[in-house]
Amino acid sequence: MRLASALLALCAALFLGSLLSGPASAPAGASLMALVRDDGTPLSVVMREIRLPRALLAVMVGASLGLSGAALQGYLRNPLAEPGLIGISGAAALGAVLAIQTGLSLAFPLALPLSALGMALLAVLLILALAGPRGASITLILAGIAISALAGALTSLVLNLSPNPFATADIVFWMMGSLADRSFAHVWLALPFIALGWLLLARLGRGLDALTLGEDAAQSMGLRLPRLRLTLVVGTAACVGAATAVAGAIGFVGLVVPHLLRPWVGARPSALLWASALGGAAMVLAADIAVREALPGRDLKLGVLMALVGAPLFLHLIYKTRKEMA
Amino acid sequence: MRASVRRSRLISLAAALVLTGAVADAGPPAQVVSINLCTDQLALLLAAPGQLVSVSKLAHDPSSSAMATVAQVYPANDSRAEEVYLLAPDLVLAGTFTDPATLQMLRDLGVAVEVFAPALSLAEIPERLAQMGRALGREAEAQAQIDAFEAELTRLDDAGPGRPRAALYYVNSYTSGHRTLAGDILRAAGFDNVADEAGLADGGTLALEQLVMLAPEVIVRGRDYPGQSRAEDNLRHPALGALQGSTVTAALTDRSWICGAPHVLDAVREMRDLRLSLEAGK
Repeated sequence: MRLASALLALCAALFLGSLLSGPASAPAGASLMALVRDDGTPLSVVMREIRLPRALLAVMVGASLGLSGAALQGYLRNPLAEPGLIGISGAAALGAVLAIQTGLSLAFPLALPLSALGMALLAVLLILALAGPRGASITLILAGIAISALAGALTSLVLNLSPNPFATADIVFWMMGSLADRSFAHVWLALPFIALGWLLLARLGRGLDALTLGEDAAQSMGLRLPRLRLTLVVGTAACVGAATAVAGAIGFVGLVVPHLLRPWVGARPSALLWASALGGAAMVLAADIAVREALPGRDLKLGVLMALVGAPLFLHLIYKTRKEMA
Repeated sequence: MRASVRRSRLISLAAALVLTGAVADAGPPAQVVSINLCTDQLALLLAAPGQLVSVSKLAHDPSSSAMATVAQVYPANDSRAEEVYLLAPDLVLAGTFTDPATLQMLRDLGVAVEVFAPALSLAEIPERLAQMGRALGREAEAQAQIDAFEAELTRLDDAGPGRPRAALYYVNSYTSGHRTLAGDILRAAGFDNVADEAGLADGGTLALEQLVMLAPEVIVRGRDYPGQSRAEDNLRHPALGALQGSTVTAALTDRSWICGAPHVLDAVREMRDLRLSLEAGK
């Protein structure tokens, strides 16, 4: 309980910080007043139409990535399973790019999250089929590399073929992710799918706890494994698909956050789920503040910061896995 | 090996010097190829019949070229040395942003090259017209164009003291300040440019938040490009519509804004009409 309130307080503080950081400088008090009361001033447009959706998206995207990372790791019993690393985010980005470049999302806005969700679904199914029920590290990582590489190459190809001169520059956004200048349109577009994903993944807790005893023991306790797997697949695809459709592929959140929080929840997968959702939200909020405050005017991508934090941890985890296997 | 390469280079260089000298002495060039969108338009305006033999590919594209219809009858080239050389030009017209390797290659092959800097203000357009007139041996035609351009510009200059504030807002939140051609078009049409308030005299990235806080009376949206991209989302952000007291224009900065040619008058006229309609609405 103490961890929950600490994480909630951290999220609230970072949410406030996110609302108050940006290139348009205004006193904090006036900014918050303009946020609460729509007085038609430019400041209130900045707060209500630019900063609020950005902070909300940071929470939605971060929680989705943290939660799906924890769920995948619980199911595969492997700390290296993470939506970005194993290609789910990359595949979702490909789906989003296809929806935009075919003009489908222009005619039918929901096509954007739906197409991202579809490709993410494909990637999760492929990963689970390739990694097998035990989720051995080698096959998991190799399958992830293959899917990431393929999705990244196809994304670049589609954008290079676009008649739009700016599409090629979009590759950086889809590979690295950013919340710059997103709007409430994106919040409403992603919210239903993300909420559905959260609902599905949150119900996995007991099943994942049982699974720590091994599959046979879990099944003898009444766990229906195929159903758990289906919930995991759809929940992850919905969360990661919708988050990536509006923010691009942001890696390492689902790796770093569960790893940091695991000791605090006594390694219980069910507790790790909600803790990682809160932790993920905090991490993306913090990163989104950092990209605006550290290099204002440069539109630094979130994925750059995430990789700076996440890649060394990833190396550390691989090193540990190697020792365990030896 | 290296010495022989250097020697052959020297020979071709010498040949180039001799040949260009010969062309310069022989009066106006007879076969002119333009490989830059803006020199295309200046040449189309000034060249004698039959003098211009090819224009760049972009000149045929109606979304970039203000003279696309006129240009259709001229064969297009891909602006590369190989194709251009095979057209046997005695003068090539290029911009300062043309690939220097292409220009060097053409010079080495003995082709005269005239390079035009892009105009950063309306005042530079007569200079470019005069330069093109000299290059083509059509000084009289150039002078006529210059006189017409300056007369029309003076006629359009009727802005009073109450200049509305405007912003140029392009893809990826880019803007242009007063030291650019687009910024000067805005000034000539009677607007103040908020990019200057933000310290972006040459242009640069103006974050959406900053644009909203500056609350210009007019936000001139950049041109629409074919296809889709995420980089263009900023032009459709709901914050622009939520800004009370700001008029957001349709995609305006099109082909007549790009080149330092008399067609910028179309842009000045369009922006002036917008200002007049705003003043009438007050």
